[in-house]
Amino acid sequence: MGAQLRVYKRRIQAVTATKKITKAMEMIAASRIVKAQRKVAASKPYATELTRAVTAVATGSNAKHPLTTEVEAPTRAAVLLVTSDRGLAGGYSSNAIKAAERLRERLASEGKEVDTYIVGRKGVAYYGFRERKVEDSWTGFTDNPAYSDAKSVAAPLIEAIQKETAEGGVDELHIVFTEFVSMMTQNAVDDRMLPLSLDEVAEESTRKGEILPLFDFEPSAEDVLDALLPRYVESRIYNALLQAAASEHAARRRAMKSATDNAGDLIKSLSRLANAARQAEITQEISEIVGGASALADATAGSDK
Amino acid sequence: MAAELHVELVAADRSVWSGEATLVVARTTSGDIGVMPGHQPLLGVLESGPVTIRTSEGGTVIAAVHGGFISFADDKLSLLAEIAELADEIDVERAERALELAKSDADAAAQRRADVRLRAVAVR
Repeated sequence: MGAQLRVYKRRIQAVTATKKITKAMEMIAASRIVKAQRKVAASKPYATELTRAVTAVATGSNAKHPLTTEVEAPTRAAVLLVTSDRGLAGGYSSNAIKAAERLRERLASEGKEVDTYIVGRKGVAYYGFRERKVEDSWTGFTDNPAYSDAKSVAAPLIEAIQKETAEGGVDELHIVFTEFVSMMTQNAVDDRMLPLSLDEVAEESTRKGEILPLFDFEPSAEDVLDALLPRYVESRIYNALLQAAASEHAARRRAMKSATDNAGDLIKSLSRLANAARQAEITQEISEIVGGASALADATAGSDK
Repeated sequence: MAAELHVELVAADRSVWSGEATLVVARTTSGDIGVMPGHQPLLGVLESGPVTIRTSEGGTVIAAVHGGFISFADDKLSLLAEIAELADEIDVERAERALELAKSDADAAAQRRADVRLRAVAVR
């Protein structure tokens, strides 16, 4: 076998092996999206009921709470960025990071300091490489988050927002995550979680035509709100983590699908080249044989004379 | 027997139980509270403890609820809890083991969780 042909054969083999791997990853991701979507759906009832309860307290009482009141001049904001632990998911993590950068710039232009909290190894690596300060980070659960993970993420954030700004607390809480729209569309979005704009919540419920009854609070409106808001933040973070997980799997599936397709194309064009090389080799051999034979014939014809 | 209330018992990651009931007893921070159809709209903070739901078919559903909220309006009652388990789902042996372990480790939160589970099973 000619050297050229051997090189092509080896490359085809390598690309075929890669294709098998990407195909397997694509199928694994596809099966995990369904599971992740199911988890998003399963967390819906809790989130809806909790939002309803928050709306009820917010509209049904005049309770003032640090988590719902807007500060006159907010000076510091916390940003929670949700990225993935593993790569090979196309632009998934970098899109989320870019959205966080945009939000950061916007907050900075409004004169706010930004404290960054990160979920996922990719985000941690990005900030670590640039030697930026990260308040806190969590890794290891982005592809299948549990409620306890959301709780552990929420705890320092809630603590930070309850602290006075002068003592290192924050006035606002933003979250950047990748929203799962459909199998094909996922958007990196930023969202302000706190302070809760109660007017907005109240407006939404009245738009639905729902009249909220006058609740009797047990033990008191303030206590209920005290207990309710941290849970609300946890549930929002949990929902964001679940959506991000579903988006991550969808992004990985898409990236792996195009990798598989590209590997297929590459194999095709390499086989064409290998065939041409083989054919050229055969042609050369034939012409060598023919040339050799005729040279031999000429030689014997000469000696006969 | 006309009046009924609709109960939704939801945990953070799933819907645990839903159906019609005539009476729901739960423990709030200020004491046990019983809700029957036509109760005044209510929103309360739950303590960890068993919740008793008397279904309209005459049966009783007991669930262990670890913190959370009770909200009632328009004959619709929702029980929200981070963790909620039906008494039938609780593995008694496992809960007992967890209680022993929590006692030896002096882990107050784990001990309380195991205790609530066992109490829910005891009422069953």
